[in-house]
Amino acid sequence: MNFTLKIWRQDGPKDKGRFEKYKVSDISADASFLEMLDILNEQLVDKFQTPVEFDHDCREGICGTCSLYINGRPHGPDEAVTACQLHMRHFKDGETITVEPWRATAFPVIKDLMVDRSAFDKIIQAGGYVSVNTGSAPDANSIPVTKKDADLAFEGAACIGCGACVAACKNASASLFVAAKISQMALLPQGKVEAKERAEAMIAKMDELGFGNCSNTYACEAECPKEISVSHIARMNREFLNAKKDSEK
Amino acid sequence: MKKKGFYWASITEKTVLAIAGLFLILFLLVHLGINLFLLPIAENHQEIFKEAAHFMGTNPVVKVFEVILMAAFIIHIVMGIVVQVQNWKARGKRYAVYGKSYSSFGSRFMIHTGIAIFLFLILHFINFYFIRLGITEPIAGADVTAPAEEHFNELAIYLFSNEVLYSVLYIVAFGFLAVHLNHAFQSAFQTLGLNHPKYTPTIKKIGTIYAIVVSVGFTIIPLYYLITG
Repeated sequence: MNFTLKIWRQDGPKDKGRFEKYKVSDISADASFLEMLDILNEQLVDKFQTPVEFDHDCREGICGTCSLYINGRPHGPDEAVTACQLHMRHFKDGETITVEPWRATAFPVIKDLMVDRSAFDKIIQAGGYVSVNTGSAPDANSIPVTKKDADLAFEGAACIGCGACVAACKNASASLFVAAKISQMALLPQGKVEAKERAEAMIAKMDELGFGNCSNTYACEAECPKEISVSHIARMNREFLNAKKDSEK
Repeated sequence: MKKKGFYWASITEKTVLAIAGLFLILFLLVHLGINLFLLPIAENHQEIFKEAAHFMGTNPVVKVFEVILMAAFIIHIVMGIVVQVQNWKARGKRYAVYGKSYSSFGSRFMIHTGIAIFLFLILHFINFYFIRLGITEPIAGADVTAPAEEHFNELAIYLFSNEVLYSVLYIVAFGFLAVHLNHAFQSAFQTLGLNHPKYTPTIKKIGTIYAIVVSVGFTIIPLYYLITG
């Protein structure tokens, strides 16, 4: 398969950036999107040009490192996959593919398609943890948890923190990410104790870092590679409103 | 980045926006209920309208609600703008290929439909509410004596029968209102944390039915008088 790639090139955080067009040919329909970019980079290196910077790690769809906004959608046209699990058969032969970095004030571009997502780490540091050691797996198994709560908590825990929700949201809101992280702990006995403080602290950090508000457009849910439901956002709102209600301040 | 001094959490802002919006949603039903008596749906429909207008204009409980209603309008509009400005700032540089992700039509245009409704509201207040407050005069040709609200039926019928432009503007505004309300209804529930796998689909359906009933209900009135003249 042959493609024309329109890729965002930006030399550094302060550079203005621009789109550049590249042609790649004889790409296997079974190549992943990142493999196709690897082939492009090989070509660029052969011509003594700077290869395109992009984030990647496991290439198995579980680490949440790849972050490409392909033809107007985070992780491209396929459903419930990350860009590394997206295959070229989902594109038309000869198609022009536009590749952009995640766009959000809270995710500044480092270089080309690579953005700084440490804002997510800062939100986790604000309260996305349980303060005491809760033991190992056998200890967890000794505490009864209903199947329903366990499943819901697991759905939240499936978040890989890739930031597709922020990239897809017209407001660059981190609501789905924060909600998943709040949910996964608020639903379980070990996390419930600090649920209120956690919700307040993580939401305050999310706002401080400059993410937008949730407009309930649900584009995040549509693009989440782990298909995390917006019902977690409603739970986050409940947790927050409960925390406000019981606040002693 | 938000200032530390006066800080309202994003969810607090959204909650206030949603509660004010829900109050407006309730008010629209009352407004529509009275307005339908502008149509010849009962023999003495004009008298019923006048009676309702008299009640709304004089009842002390309604007077309190009038203040709450105005506050709800102002809060909803101001908070809507505040939230939108934050949202625009949060995106920063825009995408070259923008927004192919699935999202409902109404949800993408809340600020735009909101502005259209706000502009209509100014026209509507000049046409009716401000006359009652003595700020504006009734449109030339309409005969309105005090108390103005008890002659709003004659004024409305005169307006819709003789002024094609007004009728068209009102009908267009109800189109924007329908799009706004369709998203607003279920969105308010979600913001307040009321999402449930069993009930949320029903809430969404009620929201759509509500949006259709309100916009079609209000549209019939100018349309009827525009056609019958």
